[in-house]
Amino acid sequence: MPAPKLLTSRPAFGRMGEDYVELLKDVALDIRKNKLVYLMAVPVIAYFIIFSYIPMSGIVLAFQRYQPGHGFFEGPWIGLQNFTDFFQSYYFWRLFRNTFLLSFLDLLFNFPLPIILALMLNEIKNAAFKRTIQTISYMPYFISLVVICGIISEFTTSTGIVTQLVAFFGGPKVNLLGQPDWFRPIYIGSGMWQGLGYNSIIYLAALSAIDPELYEAAMMDGAGRFRQTLSITLPCLVPTIIVLLILRMGVMFNVGFEKVLLLYNPSIYETADIISTFTYRKGLLDMNFSFSTAVGIFNSLINTAMLLFTNFLSRKYTDTSLF
Amino acid sequence: MIRKSYAKTVFDICNILLMVAFAFVCLAPIAHVVFMSISEPSIVNTLSGIMLWPMGEVSLNGYKLILRNPNIITGYLNTLFYVCAGTSISALFTLIAAYVLSRRRMKYRNVLMFIVTFTMLFSGGLIPFYLVVRNLGLLNSRLSLLFPTALSVMNIIIMRTAFLTVPDSLEESARIDGANDFTILFRILLPVVKATFAVIILFYAVGQWNGWFFASIFIKDRALYPLQLILREILLQNQTASMSDATQLISDNLDLYKPLIKYATIVVSTAPILCVYPFVQKYFVKGVMIGSIKG
Repeated sequence: MPAPKLLTSRPAFGRMGEDYVELLKDVALDIRKNKLVYLMAVPVIAYFIIFSYIPMSGIVLAFQRYQPGHGFFEGPWIGLQNFTDFFQSYYFWRLFRNTFLLSFLDLLFNFPLPIILALMLNEIKNAAFKRTIQTISYMPYFISLVVICGIISEFTTSTGIVTQLVAFFGGPKVNLLGQPDWFRPIYIGSGMWQGLGYNSIIYLAALSAIDPELYEAAMMDGAGRFRQTLSITLPCLVPTIIVLLILRMGVMFNVGFEKVLLLYNPSIYETADIISTFTYRKGLLDMNFSFSTAVGIFNSLINTAMLLFTNFLSRKYTDTSLF
Repeated sequence: MIRKSYAKTVFDICNILLMVAFAFVCLAPIAHVVFMSISEPSIVNTLSGIMLWPMGEVSLNGYKLILRNPNIITGYLNTLFYVCAGTSISALFTLIAAYVLSRRRMKYRNVLMFIVTFTMLFSGGLIPFYLVVRNLGLLNSRLSLLFPTALSVMNIIIMRTAFLTVPDSLEESARIDGANDFTILFRILLPVVKATFAVIILFYAVGQWNGWFFASIFIKDRALYPLQLILREILLQNQTASMSDATQLISDNLDLYKPLIKYATIVVSTAPILCVYPFVQKYFVKGVMIGSIKG
C-alpha cells in the first residue's frame, strides 16, 4: 500500500499555511467530484472512529489511576506506574512464558501436519474417496468453540474417553483439565482435531496448481512416486509454506484467547493463564481498568512488532506482504 | 520392476488405511455425542469408553427435556435474530466500504484505506473498547452485538480485492448511461462479485452463530442471551438451573439426566451448522484461498 498522500507531502515550514489551504481545496474538489462515494464512506469511517480510534485513545488510561465515572482523560496521571507494577509482578514471566509456549507449541505441531495431510490426500487417486475424506475432515472446524470446549471438558473428566486413553498409556486417571501439566497437550491436541483438515485446504489448492507435465517428465526420467514427491511436489509447495509460516509468526502472541478462557480454571493458571486472559480478568472481573489497559497495551505492542517484523521478512524474501 | 509396484501397492494401502483412520478420529467424537444423546441415561452415566452405537433403550427423552427448556428456545431465537440482523448489517457495510476503497477515481482513497488498515496494526485493547461501548449506552442491549464488532478489516480487504479485479470500463459505461454510485454498486458490480460476497456473508453468519465472548461481557439480561451463552452455562459451568427450568418432573433425578441433557444440547445446537456445511463448504474453501493468497 502506498503511503497516504496527506502524510508524505508535508509542506516546507515557511509555506505551511499556504500549502495547507491548497491541500484542503484539493480535498474539497475531490469530494465534490465524488460526492456520493464520500457520502458512502461516512458510516464506515464513523464506525472505525467510534469503535477503533476512540478506544485507541483510551490507552491513556494506562498512565492514569482510573476511577469509575471518569472519562478517558480525567483520572490522575501516574506515569508508567501500571507498567512497572506489571513487569515486577510475579505474574509477568508466567504470563509471558505461557503465551509464548502455547503459541510456539501450536506452531510446532499444528503447522506441519496440514502439509503432510495434503501430501497424503494428494496421493489418493480415487476422487470420490478423496472428497469424502476431505468433507469429513473439515467438519470439526464448523463446530462452535463453546461446544468444542464442552466436548473437551466432557472427554477429560476422570471417566472421560481421553482420560481413559491417557490412563491406558500410564497417565493419571483424574480430571485432566485440573492438571497444569495437561493443559498444553489438551489445547494443542484439540486444536489439531479442529483445524487439521481445514488448514490443509490451502496446500491442496497449491498442489492442484502444479503442472502435470513436471510429473510426466520425471516419470520419463525414471523417478518413482517417492522421488517425485521429494523433487517436484515439495519444492512447488515451498513458497506457499513460507508465506503461511511468516503470516502465522506475525500473530504469534495472538493465542486463541476465547478457547483458553473457556477451558481454564484457577487450579491450572500456572500453565494456562495467558496475557489476554489476565487482561480480561483484571479489567472486566476485578474492574482494575488502568492496570488491565497497560497489560493490554504491552500485548498489543508485541503483536504489532511481530506483525511488522514478519511483514518485513515476507516482503524481502517472498514478494508477499500485508502492507 | 515387480518389487517397485509391490512397494507402491503397500504404500497405497497404508495411505488409504491412514486416511480412513484419520476420518474416523474426526468423526468419532461427533458420533459419540450423537449416540450418547439417544441412549439410556443409566448407561450414559456409567459408560467408560467411546460409544459407536446407541446403547440400551433408544429414546428421545433428552431432546424432549431440552425442548421444554425456555432458556434454549429463547437462546435459539435470539441467535437467529443476531445472525440475520448482524450479518445483514456487517455484509452491507463491508460491501460499501470495499466499494469506496476500490474507486480509483477518488484521489484521496488511500487516506481512507490507511484509516481502515491501521486498525489492524494497533488497537486500544479490550478495556477501552468495553468502556466505549458502555459509554454509548449499548451495554445490555441487542445493538451491542450488532454494531461494535460489525466490520472486519480482513473481510473488507477481501471484498475490495474482488472489486479491484472488475475492469473499470464496466463502471465507466454505466456512468455514461447516467448511473449513480448506488446503482453502479448494487446493480452493476454486485452481480459480478457475488461469489466473493457470498463468502463474506458466510464468514459473518458463522461468526455470529458461534460468537459468545462479546455477548458475555456486554449482555447481562438472560432474555437477550444468544444460544452459545446458554450452552456455555450448561456445558462448561454445569449450571443446573439453566438445564432444568420448567422440567419439574426430573428434578428428583436430575443427576441421572444431566449428561443426557448435555449431549442432546450439543446435538441440537450444532446440527443446523453440520447439516448446512457440506453445501456451503465449497464457498468456504474459496474464501480460505482468497483470504490467504491475495489477502
